[in-house]
Amino acid sequence: MIQFTTEHREFRAMVRRFVETEINPNADKWEAAGIFPAHEVFAKVGELGLFGLEVDPEFGGQGADHVYNLILGEELGKADAAGVPLAIAVQATMSTPSLAKYGTEELKRAYLAPALRGEMVTSVAVSEPDAGSDVAGIRTKAVRDGDHWVITGRKMWITNGTQADWLCLLARTVEPGQEPSTGYRGMSQIIVPTDTPGFSVGRKIEKMGNHSSDTAELVLDEVRVPVSNTVGTIGKGFQQQMSQFQDERLMGAYMATSGMRRAIERTGEYLKVRHAFGEPLINNQYLRFRLAELAAEVDILQQYNYSAAERYAAGQDVTKMATIAKFKTGRLSREVGDIAVQFHGGMGYAEEHWPARYLRDSRLIAIGGGADEVMLRVIAMLEGWERFA
Amino acid sequence: MREVDSETMKIVVCVKQVPDSWAEKTLRPSDNTLDRESVDAVMNELDEYAVEEALRLQEAQGGEVVVLSMGPSQATDTIRKALSMGADAGVHVVDDGLHGSDAVATSLALAKAIEAQGADLVIFGSESTDARMSVVPAMVAERLGLPQLTFSSSVAVDGGTVRTNRVTEYGYDVVEAPLPALVSVVEKINEPRYPSFKGIMAAKKKPVQTLGLADLGVAAGEVGLGAAWSVVAEAAARPPKAKGTIVADDGSGGVAIADYLSAQKFI
Ligand SMILES: Cc1cc2nc3c(=O)[nH]c(=O)nc-3n(C[C@H](O)[C@H](O)[C@H](O)COP(=O)(O)OP(=O)(O)OC[C@H]3O[C@@H](n4cnc5c(N)ncnc54)[C@H](O)[C@@H]3O)c2cc1C
Repeated sequence: MIQFTTEHREFRAMVRRFVETEINPNADKWEAAGIFPAHEVFAKVGELGLFGLEVDPEFGGQGADHVYNLILGEELGKADAAGVPLAIAVQATMSTPSLAKYGTEELKRAYLAPALRGEMVTSVAVSEPDAGSDVAGIRTKAVRDGDHWVITGRKMWITNGTQADWLCLLARTVEPGQEPSTGYRGMSQIIVPTDTPGFSVGRKIEKMGNHSSDTAELVLDEVRVPVSNTVGTIGKGFQQQMSQFQDERLMGAYMATSGMRRAIERTGEYLKVRHAFGEPLINNQYLRFRLAELAAEVDILQQYNYSAAERYAAGQDVTKMATIAKFKTGRLSREVGDIAVQFHGGMGYAEEHWPARYLRDSRLIAIGGGADEVMLRVIAMLEGWERFA
Repeated sequence: MREVDSETMKIVVCVKQVPDSWAEKTLRPSDNTLDRESVDAVMNELDEYAVEEALRLQEAQGGEVVVLSMGPSQATDTIRKALSMGADAGVHVVDDGLHGSDAVATSLALAKAIEAQGADLVIFGSESTDARMSVVPAMVAERLGLPQLTFSSSVAVDGGTVRTNRVTEYGYDVVEAPLPALVSVVEKINEPRYPSFKGIMAAKKKPVQTLGLADLGVAAGEVGLGAAWSVVAEAAARPPKAKGTIVADDGSGGVAIADYLSAQKFI
């Protein structure tokens, strides 16, 4: 069982305070603006040491244990709007882990350290207009020209995309004259600075929720970056990216679970003060049993997260647990969001109260970072239920 | 006047652990003292300003910041919080005999501990959110024979002098005193920093000295519930919130509201 130390508790209090004083008071403004000032906010996040908690201090990290990331996720998940936490989570657990794990020392000094200090904003650029769930279907290619890659393609749904200083980009790397490989072979992760000629933001995408987080379609037109910007082994990008997804899924599960917990609690509070038919709504057995049922499921998920976190911290392979946690939180969030809106009645449907935003924001969990069905595909595969011919 | 070398200036900040100001508080049925076990304990919010001010002075001119807290064993958490913000060392005055101490007794224990430290500048918050008496800083200054510059909205140290803006009803007075001196700071004098991850980890390794009554040379009879100048004889639960009065406005609403307010003696 996870034992939270005094330091863990202090860290939790610090992140909570950060959420309550730096994110929540600005949530409405940033949601309305459809973007938040990433450089400004990330500078504060970096100063507190929240990016790269588990990374070597030599490269801007904090050398902490995984429980700190669990706590970070749990506290971010309780913010009044999910957009900024999403943006922070991308930089902490999606765009930087591969670089920290496989990058060269020079690359880490030039790109990882400033990102973890909060001086640079970053994105992970994997999805494309024609390939999301099926990562092996990406088409962006990087053709070698001496000691440079010349990169051409489009990336879609990129969080922090309009503000990023660099991308951890997945592309098919090929020698000149060679045809790009197909399937999961022949991909590489490349750090692409966004001030390189040929890079442009195609458009900012209007979304159903997470409005404060900017999501962009990015265009790469013969963008030249040094081959030395390759993260890890040329040709092993797919595998490296899959391992990076694991950090992302765990973080997603931590955030979603505490978010659900908070939504259930707040709904309970509302049912206590809202009266109908002469008594508080909470006195209806249907309503409180329904909440109790959800609370029970969230509790189980939280314990599952803790167990996964503990194993991860112990260096065990948690692919299956991370996938299950991501899947179950995605599924359950859909139910919790729906119940939160439903039990608030008109107030649930009004923009002036929290449930509508929660429903919209939390709906992403079952799609982003691999849709529920893709998680099921992985789980089925790990169970040994591949498709039979 | 003592010339203080800013490089070696020693600032003692007094901090108190209090029940979370948002939590519902209760008295212990056994002795009518505040039940500190049943609620989350936090650093008195107003003391965060004192810690921040000490750290700013230290950053500006060097020296050492020591946090001092009197309280039960869990008050170490509050000391640690100040250490994680950046203070150098902690002193924890803890003794079963201190339980139930009133402001007079508290000022005695704190004064003795400060005396032992040999501070050039002592900084307090302006009040604690649980007791709200605002008298301990003045009492401590009196006991130590230090000039007291209370309710400060700015603090500057220059050589052997401390100058503050003392908040008054109509604005502020600029007051000045030679060091050593005692200052209490008001809310919003600054923006207290967060402890960063590094700060939290570093706090673990900083020294915290524990002192009991015997170490301070305080006799058991001088402090604690028995020595308190006042006792809580009886406590009753707050009455439930009464239902509000709704005034339907048929044109005479203004008069009805005025009548209500005057009946309640508001106007
Ligand atoms: C707000 C937001 C932020 C995002 N941020 C990023 C980012 O920063 N970087 C990045 O690279 N990507 C990002 N994404 C992309 C995200 O990872 C993809 O949207 C997701 O993986 C799904 O891919 P897709 O949209 O192409 O859907 P598709 O692949 O077209 O899938 C559509 C649906 O088909 C179903 N489906 C797909 N495959 C299968 C299957 N094998 N079996 C059964 N059903 C299946 C699923 O229900 C799926 O939702 C973001 C997306 C959103 C919405």
